[in-house]
Amino acid sequence: MESVGSIIAYVVVALAIMIFSVLAVTTRKILRSATFLLFALFATAAVYFMLGYQFLGGVQIAVYAGGIVVLFVFSILLTSHPGDNSSKLESKKKTVGLIGAVAMFAVCAWSLISRCSVIKNLPDLGETQLPTMKQIGADLMSSGDHGYLLPFEAISVLLLACIIGGIVVARKK
Amino acid sequence: MDFLNNFQLNSLMFLIPSLFMFCCGVYGFLTRRNMIAMLISLELMLNAVDMNFVVFNRFLCPAQMDGMFFTLFAIAIAAAETAVAIAIIINAYRIAKDIDVKDLTKMKF
Amino acid sequence: MEATLPLLILVLPLLMFLFLGLFGKFMSHKWAGIIGTAGMGVTMILAYYTAYLYFFSGNFVEDGTRVQYIVFNQDWLSLWGNLVIKLGFLLDPISALMLVVITTISFMVHLYSNGYMRDHHGVWETGFQRFYAFLSLFSFSMLGLVVATNIFQMYIFWELVGASSYLLIGFYYTKPSAVSASKKAFIVTRFADLGFLIGILILSFTTGTFDFMSLTSTPLAGVENTYIVDAATATTALETGAGQMFLGGSLMTWALVLIFMGGMGKSAMMPLHIWLPDAMEGPTPVSALIHAATMVVAGVYLVARLFPLFMINDDLGGAALDIVTVVGALTAFYAAVVACTQLDIKRVLAFSTISQIAFMMVSLGVSRPEVHDNLGYMASMFHLFTHAMFKALLFLGAGALIHAVGSNDYTAMHGLRKRMPITHITFLVGCLAIAGIIPFSGFFSKDEILTACFGNSIIAYVWMSMVAGLTAFYMFRLYYLIFWWKEHKVHEGHHAPKDQPWTMTLPLVILAIVATFAGFVPFGDLVTWNGHPHHGGINWMIASISLCVALLAIGLATIMYRKENPLPERMRHLFPNLWTWARNRFYFDELYMFITHKIIFNSICKPIAWFDRHVIDGTMDAFASVTNKASYAIRGLQSGNVQSYVWVYLIGAIVLGGGTVAVIFLFF
Repeated sequence: MESVGSIIAYVVVALAIMIFSVLAVTTRKILRSATFLLFALFATAAVYFMLGYQFLGGVQIAVYAGGIVVLFVFSILLTSHPGDNSSKLESKKKTVGLIGAVAMFAVCAWSLISRCSVIKNLPDLGETQLPTMKQIGADLMSSGDHGYLLPFEAISVLLLACIIGGIVVARKK
Repeated sequence: MDFLNNFQLNSLMFLIPSLFMFCCGVYGFLTRRNMIAMLISLELMLNAVDMNFVVFNRFLCPAQMDGMFFTLFAIAIAAAETAVAIAIIINAYRIAKDIDVKDLTKMKF
Repeated sequence: MEATLPLLILVLPLLMFLFLGLFGKFMSHKWAGIIGTAGMGVTMILAYYTAYLYFFSGNFVEDGTRVQYIVFNQDWLSLWGNLVIKLGFLLDPISALMLVVITTISFMVHLYSNGYMRDHHGVWETGFQRFYAFLSLFSFSMLGLVVATNIFQMYIFWELVGASSYLLIGFYYTKPSAVSASKKAFIVTRFADLGFLIGILILSFTTGTFDFMSLTSTPLAGVENTYIVDAATATTALETGAGQMFLGGSLMTWALVLIFMGGMGKSAMMPLHIWLPDAMEGPTPVSALIHAATMVVAGVYLVARLFPLFMINDDLGGAALDIVTVVGALTAFYAAVVACTQLDIKRVLAFSTISQIAFMMVSLGVSRPEVHDNLGYMASMFHLFTHAMFKALLFLGAGALIHAVGSNDYTAMHGLRKRMPITHITFLVGCLAIAGIIPFSGFFSKDEILTACFGNSIIAYVWMSMVAGLTAFYMFRLYYLIFWWKEHKVHEGHHAPKDQPWTMTLPLVILAIVATFAGFVPFGDLVTWNGHPHHGGINWMIASISLCVALLAIGLATIMYRKENPLPERMRHLFPNLWTWARNRFYFDELYMFITHKIIFNSICKPIAWFDRHVIDGTMDAFASVTNKASYAIRGLQSGNVQSYVWVYLIGAIVLGGGTVAVIFLFF
């Protein structure tokens, strides 16, 4: 039994995810596409908040919505002129793509529903058992079981490589 | 009101929107020709997968945080990947004056 | 004894090689020469000091016997069990002797090359620094060879010596003849080393050790004739091994003969001598250092090093020592005859070297404990020492002549005695020394060799005396043809040959002094097979006979060659066939060419080449062309269009995923 507020919140978030996803891939203005992506990402962050992962939701907003979308916007402005519409898709290609996506959706949804073991009600946890910032920090820095020190370090190297690689690739010759 | 009284959030309720998001990404990736638009579709797919991790973590083994950490790292990697991809796109734009994926087929053989 | 000094003797030349090789091109020619020479000079002083300590400090003598002393012996490759290869430094009479010989000659050659490797206008030879680097590399390898504590270390340095010889012969790598000469030298010696390696393997397999001390154990320590050591396991194993027969020879005989084959290659014994005359394509200082004084005596040194084993073999009835004698005797005579007819002065000297090394081999071969207590061994080492000095002198003198005249051919020389007085005198000293005229050094060593031969058999004595006479004859033929006769007109004027700069004459003078007085070194006290001093003295009967032979030969040479006269022509027409054969070195090269080209290439290599080209290459080509055609056919799939790839991927994913779920849904 959930509160009415949470039901409404869920419905809003689920609808937002689906509607903005569809809009992001169908709109012909590329800048709008990025904006709808931003909204879809916000909705995802809302899901994280709903499930109790506040930190992750914060990261989602800060990095994805704040960082990556800004990157998209910049690159769009660099590579296209404002007001440009992307050329209209041929209807045949559109149809075929739709069929592919729908087939994918059908197969996956069917497999999800047919395997009932993954369908579970939300386990009720006390506030204390949700991950706290302190626990996340400790796990990120720990090298024991469920410790993520090694990927943490690896990703720092990866980010450095990306910085260098991005500069090298995009630099004017 | 019986329905409302018995309403319980279950995992399918999150997995289906996530799957829908993913399929939107697939559709976009298949049909859009602008490379940045394709990249946006790709981000949608990634995001859907991230969401799946979190959902499975929360519903199947809430005592641990592994799914959350996977998502955390996936976000970081997605950021890196996007940066490099955009660098490549800008470079391609500089060379071809265009970022239509149909025109960038020279690196095939 | 501290290990520092001996270690430095090895390390300094190596460092010089690395330094000059890596940084040589950044420094001027002059400085490269000075640094290389100075490095070798320091090495020489260290080697002298080490030898002095060994021979004269008295620390290395126990009960009147010189001991073999291991300065250090480091594990280098530890494979398993007792298969451990060590690198070390063994000090004993012959290695100390060789240290002195190598460093002296090497220093003289380093000094001499400063003058030789530039032309009359002072323009340096290209690759001058490289030349010095290679000289240092050679010195390092040769020193490592003589101080080896085990036969495997010796083999390693043996190959290094061969490699540096290859590099130096081919120093003028733009000259095709030099390139083919270096290849010839490398291949022939390498072929001989195959035998050497097999010999090492047989020997160490039966004895279970590489170590010289265990292999030859205690012949130096004990009483007279204690070379058969009952206690030493190594020798016991050898004696058991000696019982096993293979193709008519005992295992030990085979091992020793195969090892001697390696020595034959390096020391240019017949029939593996063919590389040495061609090796004269290298710069003359190289010929003096490598192909006269040091590297080519490595074979003699090898036999001397393993001499106790050869003696045991001889005692057990093996033929190894006799083979050494016979090969040496044949080579000595052959090379002496050929040397009488050659035109190129360096080739005359090369054949003379072959002949003299064969002398040392014979001397080792006839050495028996019952003949003046192994006088032959001592004589061989003595001759090695004196020969190194006077042959290096002769080569360096020849180098000075070639440098002055610009040709190897004596017909371009003639009558140079007034124009190049220092070269003339020193060359004459060398000729007198090699001819064995009292009191020059060659007299003493040759006399002892002949005494040893006489003690062994009268045939060996007569044969070697004859060769000694031939030696005197061809050396003085060469001497007269170069320095006497009527002078050429071209020698007049500005380009007249004259004595060379001091860097070239100084080594000549020093070596001439050494070649004159080296015979008075009390060699019997210093170097003997078992470390006991040997007081033989000169056998005056044999000495006077050989002196007479030498004087007769010189007299004959004087009559025939002092002035231009028809006598040589008449001699030639008297034995036309002999002359032609000797001039063409008895067609050994042609024989090799015939065997390799006509027989081996045609009957073995060609079928193999055909098989390789058509079957092996054909299979590979078929693979390649099938792959090529197939990929050409399907390359349309790679459109470069990313979205079509995604389509393929998506369809695959849907089919796989849907199929899996369907199967699970239907059957479980």
